[in-house]
Amino acid sequence: MEFAFSEEQEMLRRSARDFLAKECTPKVVRRLMESEDGYDAGMWKRMSELGWTALGIPEQYGGVGTFLDLVVVLEEAGRALLPGPLFATMGLAVPALIEAGTDSQKKHVLGAIASGDARATLALTEPSGRWDADGIKLVAHQAGDGWRLDGVKAFVPEAARADYMVVAARTRSEGEDGVSLFLVKGRPKGMAVAQLDSLDMTRRWSEVRFDGVELDGNALMGAAHTAWPQLKRALEWGAAALCAEMVGGAQKVLEASADYAKTRQQFGKPIGIYQAVSHRLADMLVLSESGRSATYYAAWTVDADAPDRSLASSMAKAYVSDAYRKIAGDGIQVHGGIGFTWEHDMHLYFKRAKSSEVTLGDATYHRELVAQALDL
Amino acid sequence: MDFELSDGEKEFRDEVRAWLKANQPRDRGSMAEGQKKFIEGRRAWQKKLFDAGYVGITWPKEYGGRGAGFMEQLIFNDEMILAHAPEPINVIGLGMGGPVVIAHGTEEQKQRYLRPLLAGDEIWCQGFSEPNAGSDLSGLQTRAEDKGDHYVVNGQKVWTTLAQVAKWCMLVTRERKEPNPRDGLTYLLVDMESPGVEVRPLVQITGDAEFNEIFFKDVVVPKSQILGQAGNGWAVAITTLLHERGTLGMALATRAQITAAELAEHARKLGRSSDPLVRQKIAQYTIEARALQLNGYRAVTAMKRNGIPGPEGSILKLMWSELNQRMAETAVDIAGPAGQVGDGDGWRYQFLRSRANTIEAGTSEVLRNILAERVLGLPRSR
Repeated sequence: MEFAFSEEQEMLRRSARDFLAKECTPKVVRRLMESEDGYDAGMWKRMSELGWTALGIPEQYGGVGTFLDLVVVLEEAGRALLPGPLFATMGLAVPALIEAGTDSQKKHVLGAIASGDARATLALTEPSGRWDADGIKLVAHQAGDGWRLDGVKAFVPEAARADYMVVAARTRSEGEDGVSLFLVKGRPKGMAVAQLDSLDMTRRWSEVRFDGVELDGNALMGAAHTAWPQLKRALEWGAAALCAEMVGGAQKVLEASADYAKTRQQFGKPIGIYQAVSHRLADMLVLSESGRSATYYAAWTVDADAPDRSLASSMAKAYVSDAYRKIAGDGIQVHGGIGFTWEHDMHLYFKRAKSSEVTLGDATYHRELVAQALDL
Repeated sequence: MDFELSDGEKEFRDEVRAWLKANQPRDRGSMAEGQKKFIEGRRAWQKKLFDAGYVGITWPKEYGGRGAGFMEQLIFNDEMILAHAPEPINVIGLGMGGPVVIAHGTEEQKQRYLRPLLAGDEIWCQGFSEPNAGSDLSGLQTRAEDKGDHYVVNGQKVWTTLAQVAKWCMLVTRERKEPNPRDGLTYLLVDMESPGVEVRPLVQITGDAEFNEIFFKDVVVPKSQILGQAGNGWAVAITTLLHERGTLGMALATRAQITAAELAEHARKLGRSSDPLVRQKIAQYTIEARALQLNGYRAVTAMKRNGIPGPEGSILKLMWSELNQRMAETAVDIAGPAGQVGDGDGWRYQFLRSRANTIEAGTSEVLRNILAERVLGLPRSR
């Protein structure tokens, strides 16, 4: 057993951190969060040149490196609050394609993603906000050789600039049976994307309406009706990937807060000398380290396809959802008034923490999944 | 990153699994049913484990250990969880006494002390805290007077687990007064059967007397029983505490998983496991116990690279103690009014006993100081 990243992965981390320190400064994050698209096409191109958009994609479809390599990069992306579709593409669309895509879909779309030419996302949740199979109500009817989609997807990440969208639809019955996945390219007639005003401005969430959208027969991913197990596996990848971003952000908040406590003076002393402050920081450390352990383990189970990958990813998402929110809130508290200003970056992490918490199921949702796994 | 077991490790796991299945005591025993019976049961269990080569798995072979790696220790711990097997008796000796003798002892000392410790023939206790030296250990007042070839020890220690049955005490004494209170300390291994050693039980909030006071009156300790160098006891004490919170931390991670599983079973038996609030709590505890264990795995990987446990071990102890309190409290709560009468499952005892967890072996306050100062680099508060 070796519970640490390899030397090569640590090198990848250093190079990702250096790249983002130059390219994704807080100033850039703020420019992008105020922009229409919320991402920078030039930066995307440079990230793809570094190979980031190929990580975790199988070699035969143009990929390089493993899911664990991707996790290293996503952790750094979360640390830098990288705006844009890296998580939506690599954390959600890619695993859905790997799990459920036909060979031709994989060849075209994974290849285009790996080369940096395409961005993609996953449209799963609907106005009910549910992450389980029962939440999938958008209907796909067979229409001739193809399919016709009607319904609403409510919280689709980075939909506006996605070249491809994997759409979860109901083709029959309810629950886990009758879930099918479709690969939608571009904006077919009847599909409308409306960007939502969201708490975390570094991410874009959209409502996507499907009003009689006609798709070819080859838009279906794999077999009809039986896609839930594949989608579930994709969501396990997604949860581990999102947790990696979250622990990266949490670590940055912890470091910034500890640094502030060393320099900010009150009553003639650095505030970190007061145990009311230092013990809060110690608690943040415990949460951050434990979240990191749970996340790395979940990432390993996904990478190794270990039998406990579902449990491990739920454990990580449950723990890290609570931990990042608490750490980001405490980060504001340690910083005092300056931490509550728009000018300081603390609120960006606080908002990212909350939006990540409710993405892919919050702690309560995943704890229930853990309880089920424990046969409670 | 790799959690797969090698073929050799799998073989070891299967061997341990089969052995535990055939040999573990049917009755785990609990302190609630009487201390003597409990201690003797655990001592016999340790002897059995030792004879099979499962105690001191990472300790050198020439001293009675298995001479295997951390991996085997982890595999063994995991199998103990799966089997719901009880712990051996000599927890202080195994977690601290042995490692500190291996780190600071002479060859003669290693030959003398380690094997009987592993076999459970000689139980160890830790004489650190005093009535006026708790978190501030360097304020200790137990004196060791140099008499040439031996010391004469006078003073008092307190909160000493297992002192009533221990053969050896890891005793930190003051040999000389120095401007820095961390200088001039001498670390002795004291035979608890020596004349002048008196153990008085301290009755705790559980009604048990698991802790003790130890009084030392003109106790003669040969200089061959100094551990490390005379006057340099602080360094030896710190090694002890690092092991206490590090390697013992791994054992705590194991224990947390056992407790979480027992709590789940308790909820099922009570018919409370369909209550969403109970489900949430038990799931949360299980997740935290797992995170605790995974933190330990990361610490072990780091330890394989650097040799000694780092201050991260304090995370394990801090997490475990607070988690254990919450688990025991929930166990009592979900039984409703029945939780406060009778003690069939031992939870009422655990509920009370766990209050000491955040005090013993470094209070949560001290541990947070350690994390703040040594890991985060914040200024010292004292």
